Amino acid sequence: MSAPTIRVPLHRLAHGRTGDKGDRSNISVIAWHPVFWPLLVAQVTEEAVARQFAHRRPALVRRHLLPRLQAMNFVIDAVLDGGVNDALNLDSHGKALSFLLLDLVVEVPAQHAALLIGAD
Amino acid sequence: MKEPLLRIGCAAGFSGDRVDAAAPVVEALIAAGGPSVLIFETLAERTLALAQLARRGNPEGGYEPLLDDLLRPVLARCLQAGIRIVSNFGAANPVGAARRIHALARELGLPPLRIAVVEGDDLSLPDRRSLWEGAATGLQVVSANAYLGAEAIADALLAGAQIVVCGRVADPSLTVGPALAHYRWRRDDWDRLARATMAGHLLECGAQVSGGYYADPGFKDVPGLATLGYPIAEIDADGHCTITKPPGTGGRIDEHTVKEQLLYEVHDPQAYLTPDVVADLGEAEVTQTGPDRVRLSGVRGHPRPATLKVNVCHATGWLAEGEISYAGARAEARARLAAQVLRERLRGLGPLRVDLIGVSSIFGDDEGQWLDAQALGEARDVRLRVALRHADQASAERLPREVTALYTCGPAGGGGVRTALRPRLGTVSCLVPREQVRATHRFIEEAA
Repeated sequence: MSAPTIRVPLHRLAHGRTGDKGDRSNISVIAWHPVFWPLLVAQVTEEAVARQFAHRRPALVRRHLLPRLQAMNFVIDAVLDGGVNDALNLDSHGKALSFLLLDLVVEVPAQHAALLIGAD
Repeated sequence: MKEPLLRIGCAAGFSGDRVDAAAPVVEALIAAGGPSVLIFETLAERTLALAQLARRGNPEGGYEPLLDDLLRPVLARCLQAGIRIVSNFGAANPVGAARRIHALARELGLPPLRIAVVEGDDLSLPDRRSLWEGAATGLQVVSANAYLGAEAIADALLAGAQIVVCGRVADPSLTVGPALAHYRWRRDDWDRLARATMAGHLLECGAQVSGGYYADPGFKDVPGLATLGYPIAEIDADGHCTITKPPGTGGRIDEHTVKEQLLYEVHDPQAYLTPDVVADLGEAEVTQTGPDRVRLSGVRGHPRPATLKVNVCHATGWLAEGEISYAGARAEARARLAAQVLRERLRGLGPLRVDLIGVSSIFGDDEGQWLDAQALGEARDVRLRVALRHADQASAERLPREVTALYTCGPAGGGGVRTALRPRLGTVSCLVPREQVRATHRFIEEAA
């Protein structure tokens, strides 16, 4: 029997920051606790991130892993409505997009609930 | 002989950053003693095009508009203490900036300065255009600049410059240049150059590494955001760095603030490309070594790219925007109706972006799928915002007119119309062989 799990938004396990170059966004995802790192690797995948940004029609989502930093870096192409020069979006740099990624729901073993930060 | 530790303080991360950031950094550098450099990073991707336009309006202009405000509070202290200043605040007119700094020094009663400018980045000059013209066929080009590396900065410092004024150089090169000059590393010492590059990367956004742009109450608390301390990197002879900030200032430096900045605007962490080196973060580690002190280690380097990146900025028509507010009962329904009216009135002009501030205005998409997917809500305080782009000014002007007309023709109670029409700038990037771009420095004498 598998251990009980709870479903929480990613921002309770990790934090991150968005950067941009042209119409390409990069979003870091950094674990708050080493125990969360394997969960992030397993669940915060390129496919999961592509789904989270589907309405922006990203051309490509690429994930880079940095296990020593317990961090990953997503590079998302053509997700910025054209980027700072072209976007009609108020946030033409896409600075807020890390928070869209951090809304992703992940499954965490209930035994680690005490290590989560903040509240939903 | 072992060189003493080099400290580099950063007092600006973009054009428009806080102008009172430098003073505490300078005082901390002085208190620490030893060789140190102050850097200001003030060029974003498009800043140079705007500077180029400013210079067309005024041949003496085109450098950082806040130059005086940035330097005036600290120039005398830096000179007295032997702190050298390196910055890209020359923008589209480094020589103009150097002359202005001479004038400022005179106003402040300071002795004559040794100011060097770094040149070679401006590829808009007639004899340089062939390098990138193929990438910009048919475009209304405003500026073309290559990202220069650290070598000309290092050369200027070795030649005795007290202040080095650059235009477009890669941001981390503002840090690599002083380190290269100070430790006299070989210019193909890729590991050391990569480490100094990442130190520069941590510094280049100013307070972003010391708690700026990090705070998220209840999740990521940052003390003293209003009085953030800007970062100082202690760079050792092997290029490893410890990031810290002036005592008594706000902000925080811990492994998490450093990790966020380390990956900021990085794509492949194993191949972070700059004109100086290819930096590899694959084995990088950050370690908290004391309060507000974090050490970065494990960075490796690979030979620098054979090409330099060139950014060509060009005029791309007009951006039109308009806003109007609805409040109280059924506010969201009235705002949505106003959007519908605008869509109908502006049909044929091109895609109209619709945002409902207070409902959805950031995560959405240009096609409006995200907004449409949300059922009509009960928001009682909504600002409708619309935007479109058009090549032609007269066509773009129709948007502000239609938004203004909502005052009498639109749904009930709309108020607070604001509109804007702005020229748009686009950028295309291309790569040119590095030997085709010659970065040089020269000293600018005080005008008589």
